[in-house]
Amino acid sequence: MTASLDRRAATARMLRDRGDALVVTGLGNPTYDVAAAGDTALNFYLWAAMGGAAMAGLGLALAQPHRRVLVVTGDGEMLMGLGSLATIGAEQPSNLGIVVLDNEHYGETGMQPAHTGRGVDLAGIAAATGFKLAVTVRTEAEVQSLAAQLFTVCRAALRRRQGLHIAEPDLAPRATAPTSAAAFAKHCSAPTPTAGEKARRGSSARPSDASPNSDCRLAKPALELRLLRHVPSSHHS
Amino acid sequence: MSGADSITPSRDASAPMIESAPVMSASWPAHVFHELQTARVVQVAYVPDAGHGELIDLCHADTAMRAVSLTTEEEGVAMLAGAWLGGQRGALLLQSSGVGNCINMLALNQECRIPLLALVTMRGEWGEFNPWQVPMGRSTGAALETAGVLAYRADAADDVAPTVRAAAALAFHSSRAVAVLIGQRVIGTKSFEK
Repeated sequence: MTASLDRRAATARMLRDRGDALVVTGLGNPTYDVAAAGDTALNFYLWAAMGGAAMAGLGLALAQPHRRVLVVTGDGEMLMGLGSLATIGAEQPSNLGIVVLDNEHYGETGMQPAHTGRGVDLAGIAAATGFKLAVTVRTEAEVQSLAAQLFTVCRAALRRRQGLHIAEPDLAPRATAPTSAAAFAKHCSAPTPTAGEKARRGSSARPSDASPNSDCRLAKPALELRLLRHVPSSHHS
Repeated sequence: MSGADSITPSRDASAPMIESAPVMSASWPAHVFHELQTARVVQVAYVPDAGHGELIDLCHADTAMRAVSLTTEEEGVAMLAGAWLGGQRGALLLQSSGVGNCINMLALNQECRIPLLALVTMRGEWGEFNPWQVPMGRSTGAALETAGVLAYRADAADDVAPTVRAAAALAFHSSRAVAVLIGQRVIGTKSFEK
């Protein structure tokens, strides 16, 4: 590794100008990093389902073709779902991006080495599966430059494009996000909203109009209820 | 045959036909497709499969649906969870051998109460020629149930579409993972010669 990035700072920088983009996170530190960058009901955090983050992003991107969908995951999680890069490459969604926070280790389980530290190039694999843009960034300047592309490319929606952006954060010990984790637990323990509550939420114009944590008490799945605002109510009866 | 003539009143195209065998038997995939349309399924994720071949073709041909070929079945579990989050319903088409691939990913459905409609063509049972299909085929139903998926069998062609209809209602109205196991006897036995 030639340079190091602070994972938290890089994630926050990437997401700074996300607007109303939808974000799906892979289990472990990416989930905590994204939550720490600003918890919002537009984030869907995976806490398990390892290998599924990119595909959850694809399903969401196909369902919400006019929204930018970004998957933020780790190298171990991405390696477990390598086939999904092929599926996404074949499908060529116009609004999906994948960011892999690649520290070349399995942070959640005790920093065991991952294949990405042993010569396996995720950006190369993504490029080979048909990703139009697949790069590895290692400096803050590169992160900033990519962050600009990350959300403007799709918003313009001028052409089919997707990016796999791989940062190489430092090897600092894993950081948990107790505050955010507690907030998630609160989401999960809240009572299921009634049909009336769902309908009222469904009538709101845009999630970005609400303050990020205004729906802290949403029942699980919190994000789903938020997203339902953007589809005809007949989709979920 | 005079017997057949006696139940066929006329060859006039406007006259009602009396079928000697249910139409549905020959075309259960078309009826399942109709059920998916009726249930407003939009995203269809599948791993290529002979038993689901006709249904997969129908889904690809429908411009209102998005059929996505997967490299492995658990991709579909995650993809359709994302679809649901985005407001679309989906269906996963797989073979019994692929059920084993999905188990860990099903935590997503169970923990977040995200619905799943899975249509499973069975292998390893009726007239199976490949012994390696037997172990997963034998444990498909139990594996699904253990993972929190409600599994229902359809062992006659006429039962498939109604079972899919019921499964879709259960899945999407009660936010649960539901599978329909389509018996190998319905699909037909694969042979070495094919």
